[in-house]
Amino acid sequence: MSKVSGIIDKLLFFTLVPSFFLALWLVFIWSPVERVMGAPQKIFYFHVGCAWVAFLAFIIVGYYSVRNLIKPNMNHHIAAGISAEIGVIFTTVTLLSGMIWGKSSWNTWWTWEPRLATTLILWFIYVAYLFVRKMEGSWENIARLSAVFGIIGCINVPIVFMAIRWWNTKLHPVVFGEGKDQSGGGIAPEMLLTLLFSIFTITVLYAFLMRKGIEIEKMRDTVRRAKNRAISRLAS
Amino acid sequence: MTYLFMTYTIIWALISGYVLILGKRQKQLQKEIKLLEEWNTEQ
Repeated sequence: MSKVSGIIDKLLFFTLVPSFFLALWLVFIWSPVERVMGAPQKIFYFHVGCAWVAFLAFIIVGYYSVRNLIKPNMNHHIAAGISAEIGVIFTTVTLLSGMIWGKSSWNTWWTWEPRLATTLILWFIYVAYLFVRKMEGSWENIARLSAVFGIIGCINVPIVFMAIRWWNTKLHPVVFGEGKDQSGGGIAPEMLLTLLFSIFTITVLYAFLMRKGIEIEKMRDTVRRAKNRAISRLAS
Repeated sequence: MTYLFMTYTIIWALISGYVLILGKRQKQLQKEIKLLEEWNTEQ
């Protein structure tokens, strides 16, 4: 690991730990309790943060997938895989926290509302993507094939985001820019600050996990190459 | 309050689980690297 890389890792870690505790303090103590929904409204801060990171992760998968489709590159293949893994984790968190939110405010665990349905489709696409990556064969072929899934998933990201605006369902709240003139929605300033800080914290967590994951996958690649060299030495 | 507790428990359980998986993968690979290094020096 280079010196700069080590500094970045430390910087991320020492930003993440205090940010995490500060985010929890903002969510549970500082931000006001919403009058209608009560305490379960506080689910919203990390729910939105996790959804944002899931989107970011899949956009990054899409970016590396396009590059891999043009010319397969091991580093891009590794980065796309780790980003997809993190994206699946955060989409799972988003779906589960959304279900609990649904139960507390709509009195149902699940409803086939556009945002929920498109998020579930996104989750299935990326689970399929991770399965494709586990297939046998040359890494270049797997990189190309999985890139197709990665791009399809990435195309689904704006559809998930815009679902509640396009289909105009009143069930899922629009936080920013509601209605045709995009002037509706909006939350109290304390809630907005808490939300933005939660998003920041989870984004730092994503960056940290991404770097850790890439480092581990590069180690795996080094081990695989060393094993292959050892086998060919034994064979000759 | 139950819903709030349930949500944050799930969030941190899943994230901690993933961090643990990453740690386990790293440990396993470090073990393999050590074995390969030992094998290399024996040759």
